[in-house]
Amino acid sequence: MKWETVIGLEVHTQLTTHSKVFSGSSTAFGAEPNTQASAVDIALPGVLPVLNKGAVERAIKFGLAVGATINRVNIFDRKNYFYPDLPKGYQISQLAKPIVEFGSLKINVDGEEKTIRITRAHMEEDAGKSLHEDFHGMTGIDLNRAGTPLLEIVSEPDMRSSAEAVAYARALHNLVTWIGICDGNMQEGSFRVDANVSVRPVGQAEFGTRREIKNLNSFRFLQQAIDYEARWQIETLEDGGRVQQATVLFDPETGETRMMRSKEDAHDYRYFPDPDLLPVKLDESWIESIRAAMPELPQAMRERFQREYGLSVYDATSLTSQLDAARFFTDTVSLAGEAQAKLVANWMLGEVSANLNREEKNIVDAPITPGLLADLIKRIADGTLSGKLAKQAFEGLWAGEGGVDAIIEARGLKQMSDSGAIEKIVDEVLAANQKSVEEFRAGKEKAFNALVGQVMKASKGKANPAQVNEILKKKLGG
Amino acid sequence: MALTHQDVLHIARLARLRVSAEEAETAQTQLNSIFGLIEQMQAINTQDIEPMSHALDVAQRLREDKVTESDQRNKFQTIAPAVENGLYLVPKVIE
Repeated sequence: MKWETVIGLEVHTQLTTHSKVFSGSSTAFGAEPNTQASAVDIALPGVLPVLNKGAVERAIKFGLAVGATINRVNIFDRKNYFYPDLPKGYQISQLAKPIVEFGSLKINVDGEEKTIRITRAHMEEDAGKSLHEDFHGMTGIDLNRAGTPLLEIVSEPDMRSSAEAVAYARALHNLVTWIGICDGNMQEGSFRVDANVSVRPVGQAEFGTRREIKNLNSFRFLQQAIDYEARWQIETLEDGGRVQQATVLFDPETGETRMMRSKEDAHDYRYFPDPDLLPVKLDESWIESIRAAMPELPQAMRERFQREYGLSVYDATSLTSQLDAARFFTDTVSLAGEAQAKLVANWMLGEVSANLNREEKNIVDAPITPGLLADLIKRIADGTLSGKLAKQAFEGLWAGEGGVDAIIEARGLKQMSDSGAIEKIVDEVLAANQKSVEEFRAGKEKAFNALVGQVMKASKGKANPAQVNEILKKKLGG
Repeated sequence: MALTHQDVLHIARLARLRVSAEEAETAQTQLNSIFGLIEQMQAINTQDIEPMSHALDVAQRLREDKVTESDQRNKFQTIAPAVENGLYLVPKVIE
């Protein structure tokens, strides 16, 4: 039987506010335990939450970025459960009336575009942290994270493979960091993914029973966990078993998922509207001012690169997969001239990206700047550097040897375009390689390339290849 | 709708309330009489009335995104039963 995997994702993004969602405590990461937990965060009796405008603004930004409905009136609810890192005994969240509903995001997998629907995005507060190391058999509680604003983004079950799920998660990660509502730091837990996975026979209309994989904090784990889970479900069903609804955890060590709780133990959260918080009413003019300040989004920028610069879908997608890279590209193009956009793209996706990968660096930490890359592109465009020599010049730039012209001078990289000098080398090469000349005259085309190679070698790679070809043809033809 | 004895025990467990069999019985009677009241209210036609989420017809006030709290950990922890290295200590719970 052929099976189809069905995936929906719930992503918790930590919003980039300075203060918490319902209190004036700092949200900075890495502080001493409980030094950023105020009376509201630790839920002392008598305290009241006051909503952070910055968190609401970021949620609106997201809604606008995914073309969603922004609910002009939205409501906070209490989600009740007991756990020591949740001091109030409930988490403030949004259930029936979230701030954002009905958006979508486009993804690209193997050159195919697909739209993933976003069901909703709601504001909520994070819980604290439980440390289960040994405190004389007790658990340590750090409430610094309690009350940190989150936007939980829930997709429809529109993905059909782990590759699509990863593409969606990456596109979402790119978008939230692009519009600046989340720092995207997955190690610090700023972007956490839960995956709902089910399988069904191809052609069946109803969904299978799903299991939810909790808290995946890397794209690699997301892919591995979904692949393992889907395979496990298919094997279970093929062996005549049944999949029970459950919450599971992924163990990166073993690459397996294991049950955390079954449906019977599923939480009964007894949601109800939080009486401490009034309905949030959004002003039309506020939404419009947020809309007006929105940056050009990755999708729009990608389409513009294709249209204005004639870049391929792949190149345009790669260049807009991260805001810093996109900025580097547009800055370089504006310095080197729009006519060189394609060349800039080739260099960024070639040498620049290879060097960054090798050194595991982000583009903002690269030793090369848009100004330097633009200078290099100009020297290629005006014929000073051949492609091969440009690579050597690039090495010099990366190593911090100075400006492009200084490197060309110091490394002696200037392309030889003096036809007299090239002709001299060609003559020498022809004289020294009579055998190749005879082969070429006898009809062996390959011998021509061998001669070009010899000339390039004799010029130490500096002869202008187009001129070499031309001169060789003339001499051999005559 | 009426609550069974089992429902009452379930709700008590969710709320982490320890109730004796006797208390559960009293609670069952009392809760069911509240349900009676709710049923009475539900008989009213509310078709064209927008549901309210709050008793007050005003909107939530928003706070500027500024850090206004300072560290008061030492004060807070004087009333905690057990602390260590700045952490609150609680009986071990692993889900």
